[in-house]
Amino acid sequence: MDKSKTFNLQKTGLTRRTALKGLAAGAGLAMAPGFVRYSQAQSSAPIRIGFQSHRTGIGAAYGRWYEKTTAAAIKAINDAGGINGRPVEVIIEDDGTDPGRGAEVVGKFATQHKTDIVFGTLFSHVVIGSAPAAGEAKMPYFVVSEGHHVASTKLNRYVFQPGITDVKSQIQSMAPWIAANAGKKVTQIFPDFAFGYDHRDYLPPALKAQGADVIAQIAIPPTESSFTKYFPQIPAETEVIYHVMVGPAVLTFVKELGEFYGSQRPQLFGFIDSLEAVDINSPGLEFLDGSHFWEGSPRYAQADDSAAQKAYRAAVGIDDNGAAVGDPKDVSTAAHMFGCWETLYVVKKAMEDAGYKGPEDRAKLVEATEALKEFAEGPEHPQGPKTFNGKIHQCFGIQNISKVEGGKLKVVHKTKIEDGLYEAEGDYTTQAL
Amino acid sequence: MHFGPHLLLATLEGLVTSAVLALTALGLSLVFGVMRVVNVAHGEFFMLGAVLAWAISTAVSGHPALGFLAALVIAPLIVGAIALVAERLVLRRLNYNPEATIVATIGMLYIIQQLALTFYGPEARPVEPPFSYRILLPWFGYSGYKLSIIAASALLLTATWLVLTRTRIGLIMRATQYDAETAQAFGIPVGRVYGGVFALGAMLAAIAAVLIVPISQAHYLMGQDPLLLSFIVVIIGGLGSLRGTVVAAVLIGLSDGIISMFFSPTLAKIIATLVVAMVLVFRPQGLFGTASR
Repeated sequence: MDKSKTFNLQKTGLTRRTALKGLAAGAGLAMAPGFVRYSQAQSSAPIRIGFQSHRTGIGAAYGRWYEKTTAAAIKAINDAGGINGRPVEVIIEDDGTDPGRGAEVVGKFATQHKTDIVFGTLFSHVVIGSAPAAGEAKMPYFVVSEGHHVASTKLNRYVFQPGITDVKSQIQSMAPWIAANAGKKVTQIFPDFAFGYDHRDYLPPALKAQGADVIAQIAIPPTESSFTKYFPQIPAETEVIYHVMVGPAVLTFVKELGEFYGSQRPQLFGFIDSLEAVDINSPGLEFLDGSHFWEGSPRYAQADDSAAQKAYRAAVGIDDNGAAVGDPKDVSTAAHMFGCWETLYVVKKAMEDAGYKGPEDRAKLVEATEALKEFAEGPEHPQGPKTFNGKIHQCFGIQNISKVEGGKLKVVHKTKIEDGLYEAEGDYTTQAL
Repeated sequence: MHFGPHLLLATLEGLVTSAVLALTALGLSLVFGVMRVVNVAHGEFFMLGAVLAWAISTAVSGHPALGFLAALVIAPLIVGAIALVAERLVLRRLNYNPEATIVATIGMLYIIQQLALTFYGPEARPVEPPFSYRILLPWFGYSGYKLSIIAASALLLTATWLVLTRTRIGLIMRATQYDAETAQAFGIPVGRVYGGVFALGAMLAAIAAVLIVPISQAHYLMGQDPLLLSFIVVIIGGLGSLRGTVVAAVLIGLSDGIISMFFSPTLAKIIATLVVAMVLVFRPQGLFGTASR
């Protein structure tokens, strides 16, 4: 296939102009007489991965770091010989952090770019919106989204989440720690859309089982820009504020929480989503000292980091503070983006198991992925060991609870995989391929 | 929280919203009042103000107040210059035709937004407030900077009012607003007045944005909400009426603060939109507007 239609991830950015040029050149080439598509290229042609990225819209910070992590993982995979001896190529399309556009992008990958699989995105409403398009095109769709929607078995057989644990499992594994160490009366603040509803629905039962209670639930639209008006809804007897926010205004959210409470605050337990891609030492955030955060993978380098974790951080290009090497202000989305790295290695493993040759083997790829059972900790899975449930297409790993200490996040508790396992709610493998 | 402090917090939040809204809406209202141009790109001038504030305050080293003050002066000037160029290149060539200018400003909205996305990027970036004093009330803490926004906005509104009613420039603007043709017959350079008013309108939006950005962060999509709210305010207050704009801004800001605190933010938006519909049905010229001649 003509190279001009795709581009190399290691180069910075794709401008509209080069994209147009590329498309024009591609169209010209495809129409040129004598152009034979893939006549005998099956063995050496690259495996093409369509990357649905939050380049713009409210998820842009995640999109940028997902792209960096993906580029690093693809480079590592290609340097080691690619997948089934073929190089891997990534084609990026912007979903605008919008479900409608997300579905269009999946369609574009299927019909226009003719990629082998689609991979990517974080925001749960985009995943939920795109999943039907992936199912319709029979296009394996590997997401790094954290929400419970994949594991709920409400999507379809082509959607997988093998690189990051889902929210239901995360909550279940951390609830005992919250109830024992933070407090028994919990007020929840969460974004008013799919991902937030996972928190809304699964935290109360998980805490109940530990003898703690959710006494108030406050939903905030993810596009909100000012938050003080919501804080009076927090009951005075609250012992712990459990917060998880997303979107461009997360820093404002935490700052206003600090202005509202100052040092007289209840205990805070937050998902790092509330501060992902934001420096925890930003002015106004001093009140966070001593509070706790969930982290998928720790932002700050820890004393007991494995060699694999160190190698992963170096490959992606983040320093000991979790910021881009050379730009301490460019803070990464470390707690989530490791999922891109790990998912790509799961794709590699599944493609090798399936003897994947091309789009005609997509069904085999789905079955090979479903057959996976566990992923050992190591260079391919630097966040830690995981188990995978092929029936619900979801992996289960360890979670980190970190404390803000001296302007850094220090991991104080790691959950076990067993803590987060739950009864499967369905079985994708019974669906037709 | 008890009712008293709760109401106090709601009122404070509402006043901050009102303060920013009054400035933004005043810009929109001036442009419409004098030029009869519905400027759909107004929210983007607001966004540009915030984005430039970020750029300027990062470029200036030293105490955050220095960067902020520089932004407060320079950002509106740049935005005003951009608006002036847009007015010369686009609106004037359309002869300020009402329908054509709506479509043209919609185009400007997208151009400015995409340029911001291209050159500034999709991230939300914070601007450090000039001072971060936290006022400690017995029931809750409140940002001192937020209170200073209310004061700054009141000052700027008074200044605008003085310019409009007490100066020669204001007189010329009012004359153009009253009857552009007659004003021209009396030797008023209507074209230049239009250019100046369009730039002034954009500058007011930019100032509002510079004031709000330390508590909200600059983002390329941030122009949408202020545009919608400004339209609501201007329609309720009466297009072209300064007094109406300020009254409506306080009304909408306070009701937004209070309703969203005691009920829900969505309900506040629903009610504001409903009020607009009611005003349009029963008093199309707005609360303080004069019926069109």
